[in-house]
Amino acid sequence: MDWVNAIVQGILLGGLYALFAAGLSLIFGVMRLVNIAHGDLIVLAAFLGLTVTTTLGINPLFAIVIVAPLMGLIGYGLQRVVLNRTLGDDILPPLLVTFGLSVIIQNGLLEIYSADPQKMSAGAIETASLNLPGGLNIGVLPLLMFITAVAVIGSLQWIFYRSAWGRAFRATSDNQDIAQLMGLNKSHVFGLAMALALVVVAIAGIFLGVRTSFDPSAGPGRLIFGFEAVIIGGLGNLWGTLIGGIILGICQNIGAQINPGWQLLAGHLAFLVILAVRPRGLFPRIDG
Amino acid sequence: MSAAPKHTVARFSPASRAAFVIALLLLIGLALAPWWAGRADMRLMSELFLYLALACLWNLLAGYAGLVSVGQQAFVGFGGYCLFAATIFLGVPPLLAVPAVGVAGVLIAIPVAFLIFRLRGAYFAIGTWVIAEVFRLTAAQVSALGGGSGTSLPVTVVKSIAASRSMREAATYWMALGIAVAVLVVVCLLLRSRRGLALTAIRDNELASQSLGIDIWRAKFFVYVITAGLTAAVGALIFLQKLRISPDAAFSVNDWTAFVIFIVVIGGIGTIEGPIIGTIVFFLLRETLADLGSLYLMILGFVAIIIMLRAPKGIWGYVRERTGLDLFALSRRVVLPSNMGPTDTNGPSKETDRGSQTT
Repeated sequence: MDWVNAIVQGILLGGLYALFAAGLSLIFGVMRLVNIAHGDLIVLAAFLGLTVTTTLGINPLFAIVIVAPLMGLIGYGLQRVVLNRTLGDDILPPLLVTFGLSVIIQNGLLEIYSADPQKMSAGAIETASLNLPGGLNIGVLPLLMFITAVAVIGSLQWIFYRSAWGRAFRATSDNQDIAQLMGLNKSHVFGLAMALALVVVAIAGIFLGVRTSFDPSAGPGRLIFGFEAVIIGGLGNLWGTLIGGIILGICQNIGAQINPGWQLLAGHLAFLVILAVRPRGLFPRIDG
Repeated sequence: MSAAPKHTVARFSPASRAAFVIALLLLIGLALAPWWAGRADMRLMSELFLYLALACLWNLLAGYAGLVSVGQQAFVGFGGYCLFAATIFLGVPPLLAVPAVGVAGVLIAIPVAFLIFRLRGAYFAIGTWVIAEVFRLTAAQVSALGGGSGTSLPVTVVKSIAASRSMREAATYWMALGIAVAVLVVVCLLLRSRRGLALTAIRDNELASQSLGIDIWRAKFFVYVITAGLTAAVGALIFLQKLRISPDAAFSVNDWTAFVIFIVVIGGIGTIEGPIIGTIVFFLLRETLADLGSLYLMILGFVAIIIMLRAPKGIWGYVRERTGLDLFALSRRVVLPSNMGPTDTNGPSKETDRGSQTT
């Protein structure tokens, strides 16, 4: 039973990892940008959520309403002011600039919030659980997170393939110059894509902060989980990313079941095995 | 004017000859430091040499082979742990252990390269980070070396470096200086060789170099593995100096990769001079601003971003664009015969400076 439980909890955890990954996948799909500061932006969102909840005294899950638009604005500004200048054939500038950004965010948070681990409390929902037949307990909060993750990825998928924004994203991704000729403003489209990605990051950050404690140095770990989910699922495939997150979550929980010290290691090893066996991931859609 | 003039290829210029002589004198001066420098100065200089070595290696990897790694801490930490394991469990003398650790670094880098070379560009970068995490988590599982909390080098091992404290300090200082010089020499020789020419071609245009018959995968693999071995040796020296190791310190992304990247970017990526200038600037900044703590790191991040956006070739790239200086004699210059003789590179000669034309 412990094992079944570990797998079920792993699936639910995978939803959170898919949320970490979705923004990363979206940005890469639209502008071929890999954002090293992605994890730090998740942690930034968690800290913003903390400030909002403590000043307004509201439930962190409602703080999303404030944090998500805020992160969207930050994303748009960041893309227009800094990141658009780095895009080009050379991969070095975006990589190093986002790396610098990561160091700035981490140390900025350290300066403001100190290195103490923080946690947001969502009240009674945190301990509520559903009792399933067979002695299985599913926490309401993890279930809510998983459902949200599925909904977020479904919406992203819809935006990407069915909406006018999505057409602009795909057109710019396919050929930036022709998209410009057709009247799209590349810089603006990229700004919107980053804004959308950071709205997802805001949701991920709040969930992270409710689920576990976090501190300013937690970002790189989240980036790595998200990245692994993207690669396991296959580049450019959002549903694949969800499955990648779930696989990662299951492997971590099985590893933890064997030996608590192996939790993270098991996830990384699963990633390396997939990389060795299927280097393009399980469900690839575009080339790296 | 009618017949095609015979040309020669010159590698040294007057500037690089002068730089070579000055570097030799400087090296002799630095080697004598135990007789003229204080204890604290020597420690600082050793640290500077070790960072210089790391920066040169990362620069070779990212600036020449186009392999942007943010996971070099994997090999620094691996080197440190190997040194501790070799000296504590096998009783290898520390000074002999350092080259052995370098070989171990090469051996471990081969399977790692086969795995992560499947990732390209920025995904390669994060892949190297995953490898470093795997190394860190594995090291934390080794209970014989203290697990997650780490361990210290036993007194007997420390004493086996040299009998007296001042001799030990001199020995570790010389080793740090020695490895920095060795790394510089290896990088220079590598870049001057056939392989180096291939690497520079890859750096300038991957597609064009492939069409000229360069095996890109092999060239990059070679650089990755050599860099890993030397990085592991540097890591061994870093922790031989610290005398204490723990997973978090050994595989720290900030200490062994972020700082190194900032050094190279500020100094000038894709040049040999860049990391040297970057290391000096980095230590000057650190000695003056380190009291600011996390604010100092933010400043460093801002400086790196601004340099990357405004002057992507760094300080040395800026200097070279204006002066055409090349201190390390890596370029080949075609010298056409003139009245002043074929060896004069400043004469009316047509120069093809392969270093400064493209990024």
